[in-house]
Amino acid sequence: MEFKYDGEVMTLNMGPQHPSTHGVLRLELKTDGEMVADAIPHIGYLHRCFEKHAENVEYPGVIPFTDRMDYLASMNNELGYCLAVEKLMSIQVNNRVRCIRIIMAELNRIASHLVAAGTYGNDIGSVTPFLHCFRDREKILDFFEETCGARLLYNYNWIGGLMYDLPVGLEDRIIDFLNYFEPLVDDLNHLFSYNHIFVKRTANVGILPADVAIDYGVTGPNLRGSGVKFDVRRDEPYLGYEEFDFDVCVGRGQFGPVGSCFERYIVRIYEVKESCKIVRQAIAKLTPGDVKESIPKRVKPPVGEVYMRTECPRGELGYYIVSDGGIKPYRVKVKSPCFTVMGAFREMSRGTMIADIISIIGSVDIVLGEVDR
Amino acid sequence: MESIRTLLELMPGYRDLPEFLQETLPSFCASLVIFAFIGILVMFLVWMERKVSAHMQDRLGPMYTGGWHGWAQLIADSVKLLTKEDIVPTAADRLLFKTAPFIVFVGAFAAFVVLPFGASSIVSDLNIGILYAVAITSLSVVGIIMAGWASNNKWALYGGMRGAAQIISYEIPAAMSIMVVVMQVSSLSMQDIVNAQKGGILHWHVFRNPFSFVAFFVYFICSLAEVNRTPFDIPEAESELVAGYHTEYSGMRFAFFYMSEYTNMFVVSAIATTLFLGGWTSVFPESLLPKWAPPGPVHFVLKAIILIFVQMWLRWSLPRLRVDQLMYMCWKVMIPLSFALILGVGFLIIY
Repeated sequence: MEFKYDGEVMTLNMGPQHPSTHGVLRLELKTDGEMVADAIPHIGYLHRCFEKHAENVEYPGVIPFTDRMDYLASMNNELGYCLAVEKLMSIQVNNRVRCIRIIMAELNRIASHLVAAGTYGNDIGSVTPFLHCFRDREKILDFFEETCGARLLYNYNWIGGLMYDLPVGLEDRIIDFLNYFEPLVDDLNHLFSYNHIFVKRTANVGILPADVAIDYGVTGPNLRGSGVKFDVRRDEPYLGYEEFDFDVCVGRGQFGPVGSCFERYIVRIYEVKESCKIVRQAIAKLTPGDVKESIPKRVKPPVGEVYMRTECPRGELGYYIVSDGGIKPYRVKVKSPCFTVMGAFREMSRGTMIADIISIIGSVDIVLGEVDR
Repeated sequence: MESIRTLLELMPGYRDLPEFLQETLPSFCASLVIFAFIGILVMFLVWMERKVSAHMQDRLGPMYTGGWHGWAQLIADSVKLLTKEDIVPTAADRLLFKTAPFIVFVGAFAAFVVLPFGASSIVSDLNIGILYAVAITSLSVVGIIMAGWASNNKWALYGGMRGAAQIISYEIPAAMSIMVVVMQVSSLSMQDIVNAQKGGILHWHVFRNPFSFVAFFVYFICSLAEVNRTPFDIPEAESELVAGYHTEYSGMRFAFFYMSEYTNMFVVSAIATTLFLGGWTSVFPESLLPKWAPPGPVHFVLKAIILIFVQMWLRWSLPRLRVDQLMYMCWKVMIPLSFALILGVGFLIIY
């Protein structure tokens, strides 16, 4: 849509306390009536000095801080950090640890995508999918609670191993859950994803072409929504993801150009199904073993630096750790997927309407805890 | 109205009152009755909405207050709202800000004058009844714009402007679809319209001919837009405009907005019932009715509540339209369609 100023421009401040900015994002909107000429995101309202904190605690002490970055996918966050430190110290973990880590990471991905889909429904104006999604997410959180005692911030992945082994019989309960859950994804599609009004609201809105997405460094479902088949799990496998059979889902352009809000949303729904597949395979691969076998008594990596990237629900989460040979990291830098997508936000939202701004924020699925860290 | 006057005349000393009091007292009593009815109705509807939404979302909704399925929850809520602090923003236009909720409510309240609850249960059977109802319900637009402007809040302003644009636009197709019925009855009086539909479900306008069948759906969709319900709830779109035109309101004044929303829902459903669903007449022809059949008002309120249930059903399953899609829907779909209906029914009457 071509935008022309034909009246007075009103600056509208959306957030940080706006119901649908997914936390404390502040947007400065230049509006002319319902049209938005420009939307400038202002971030930093949730800055908690994660990186500076990390320089002042010992290596294992950083893990709880990583939990608090992307609080909807803590398992994935701490996994990335642990893998980075393990890479630095050249620790090999056994098969059981790898499989449990994959199970937990993928379950957390499902939970996180359910929140994304549900809150997106809320943004578009339909409250029912939100509660249906949260109902199923609760069941996943119950598994986490059984495993490590926490429902949101787990501190479950440790450097070189896990905090506890799986509780007895959890594998069967997870399989039961998947059997119950997989048909419900189709229910959600019937109720919401392919609803005519929803498609009208999201297809053709907030288009991010593939080349622009790559230029801005957008990753994860947002990049795949633009039609780029890139997934760290497939292209740079860690934890033995190369042995698993799963598809990298990309936007298919069903109702409009690839890269629209609808594509970004529907890629997450596809991914939920793929994650279910991975969890089933990982449970089948589980072998007995000691999950604390390779936990080092003292985490004191050699001098050096490491970059480890993993596929978080929101995209590629990279940890760059510099070690000076001490017990505390010299520097921890996080490459956050939500932060990079905020850069492309202006590109997507220029010349749209106020209601579209909401639907764009919802579709990129940001967690402000990770944007600001 | 007449029955209220007769009752009052039984009161000793009524005849000795000054004449203007004798004239106005029955109307005053009637408005009190309606006000009480609205109060109870709104409480019931809010409770019903919470229950309907809860069961659609795999929840239970209010369960504790009052014992049986939280029936007293809304009494507790109203007490809470009435005792809350009444905040007026410093920069607000105080007079407009304070009067706006009442103007919105008056629009909904005054429409009750012509609602035919039963053969004799109507405050006043005006000979321009339906015209009056259409006119008086659009009074609430004024209140909405006032609220949006006076709050001195950009979100409220957006809500007010959206509300005005939407309600005024959708009034056109709504009035056109009403015309379809009025042309067939050739009267604007509500009682005449109901009397024309006596004799069971097949005599209701909605099943009379294809034109009024479509007109019913046109009216129903437009009435959703007029009362700002999903999928047309853009003036108070929570996720976009915080709360739309009533963002800055709290306590009692907020309660009035809330009340007028639910009252309006009832009013548009009641008008739809009157025009298309046979008003206070029964589903079956009178000859088949047993002696113990419930009286007209029961039929009327039940039909209206069924329509309200459909409104709630839509609200909790559909997303919200965008403002340009809403306008497209009105000007390019609903208005041409309603014109076509008028033409069609005109031919039907002539030939």
